[in-house]
Amino acid sequence: MSKTAALLQWIDDRFPLTSTWKAHLSEYYAPKNFNFWYYFGSLALMVLVIQILSGIFLTMHYKPDANQAFGSVEYIMRDVPWGWLVRYIHSTGASMFFVVVYLHMFRGLIYGSFRKPRELTWIFGMLIYLCMMAEAFFGYLLPWGQMSYWGAQVIVNLFGAIPFVGPDIAIWIRGDYVVSDATLNRFFAFHVIAIPLVLLGLVAAHIVALHEVGSNNPDGIEIKKKKDPKTGIPLDGIPFHPYYTVKDIVGVVVFLMVFTVIVFFIPNMGGYFLEDNNFFPADPMKTPPHIAPVWYFTPYYAMLRAVPAMFSSQFPGVIVMGAAVLIFFALPWLDRGRVKSIRYRGPKFKVAIAAFVVSFFILGWLGVNPTDFLGKVGSSDLELATLLARVFTIIYFLFFLLMPWYTSSDREKPEPERVTG
Amino acid sequence: MAQMSAPDGKKRRFLVAATSVVGAVGAAFVATPFLVSMSPSQRAKAAGAPVEVDISKLEPGMLITVEWRGRPVWVLRRTKEMLESLTKDTDKIADPDSEQPLQPDYARNPTRSIKPEVMVMVGICSHLGCSPSEKLKIGPDSGLGDDWPGGFLCPCHGSKFDLAGRVFKGMPAPVNLTVPPYMYLTDSRLLIGEDKKGA
Repeated sequence: MSKTAALLQWIDDRFPLTSTWKAHLSEYYAPKNFNFWYYFGSLALMVLVIQILSGIFLTMHYKPDANQAFGSVEYIMRDVPWGWLVRYIHSTGASMFFVVVYLHMFRGLIYGSFRKPRELTWIFGMLIYLCMMAEAFFGYLLPWGQMSYWGAQVIVNLFGAIPFVGPDIAIWIRGDYVVSDATLNRFFAFHVIAIPLVLLGLVAAHIVALHEVGSNNPDGIEIKKKKDPKTGIPLDGIPFHPYYTVKDIVGVVVFLMVFTVIVFFIPNMGGYFLEDNNFFPADPMKTPPHIAPVWYFTPYYAMLRAVPAMFSSQFPGVIVMGAAVLIFFALPWLDRGRVKSIRYRGPKFKVAIAAFVVSFFILGWLGVNPTDFLGKVGSSDLELATLLARVFTIIYFLFFLLMPWYTSSDREKPEPERVTG
Repeated sequence: MAQMSAPDGKKRRFLVAATSVVGAVGAAFVATPFLVSMSPSQRAKAAGAPVEVDISKLEPGMLITVEWRGRPVWVLRRTKEMLESLTKDTDKIADPDSEQPLQPDYARNPTRSIKPEVMVMVGICSHLGCSPSEKLKIGPDSGLGDDWPGGFLCPCHGSKFDLAGRVFKGMPAPVNLTVPPYMYLTDSRLLIGEDKKGA
């Protein structure tokens, strides 16, 4: 036995190194027909690593103090060697994390990856999405700019809209009667330690659950149904390593090209990745003329604004916004289709998913803008943007609520026995 | 040596349940100080103390902003025209009689104030916590149309309020602006954040 083999044996007697490597990489059999859409899982993992690494270096210079936070970010940008690069990597990474995860979720939607037996993989994934939203929200307060401050004010007040206990909960979240130093300090704690720990645990659970049942594929059929009788390996499966590790490296290279172009040339993305108003220090006495969250929250923000106050309370809007996110959890049980992949779905599902995607984009666009930016409807008092937001909010929810009917009555094509190209 | 007897399932379930319950109670006790540590500190509470305002130099039509609990509080000495505007067009106002409990009882009147001419109002929109801007001028000078009665316009989502902080109908803001507790120490000195009952 060579010395390295002996060392490996020594480790394997004490720690499941080889067996873990085999179970998750060299003998994890993934369907051989993965396409473009299957890049985004590994890319999401990589962006998570980028965020953690760049974040660690930012905390070495950042000060979570209301009097120093804004200045310390400017200090990172101007005085810390390469500080601007670390910060732009982190701010670009935040937006790109959502780009990648939205594409990853869309993949799950079109190929039915959330369906039995992957319900828990989907639920862990949705919990990751919720954690990312919390992480992004907490992180956005830290630069202590005008948009940080007023954005946090708006979001914390959403909790204040809960009947009876709301105002006390809002004070408890802020640790003060207004968004203040106490709020900044605790948001820092949540952003750098609490949420990332939960996030890492959920990512591990997401992957373990996935590897237990095996990956779905663009045909939406189970490769485990057709195994080689001798080896027990799925006939349409190939080992994740080296086949998909090498494929994913191609995705990583292309992704990093896009990523670095943004970091070096357009880190603000025209006010979408870093909002213009956030270059002013937070001022509790002066509200910016237009408050909008960063782009990845705007579809939900448009829904919040679309719901009128009822019974002198804005709580219904908060409920609608929360439901719009939480309804994803129910997806595995709403879909009654006999096939999983869009390749074999009928026309009803295709129309529904197209309407859903269009709604999501239009709501996102409406949420970026003030409600009066399209003027009024005719001579009435109703703003056109509000009307559009209401219409598309309804379409968004109908995609989910009508799903049991349009999927079960759809004219589907038969699934193939084995995966296609 | 005692003889090994078969496990007593009933006793085992009881012990597991008792241990779980005691453990959960213990966890709740330990969690309490951590959760309570997130509520406002003594320093934050002290910073929330009432503030005194001298209004002797406040001319009619003039508005000053003072900070109370980190929020802007407007003190406006309303002119005669401004007070008249409050009685006109009350059908356009969502809650003209201040039925929502957003003011102390002594300010639940048509002007939402102790003395009609002095308005004291928290300058935070009831929609999502932005600070509305002053649009005190009446009519076309305000830039809000000929029929603008004077008031406040929230820049965030366009909610409009009259000169008593009452919201107009059909606005994103669901309710009127809040009147803080306040009292007159003398004719020209206001104490915001505390009233006779003692806050």
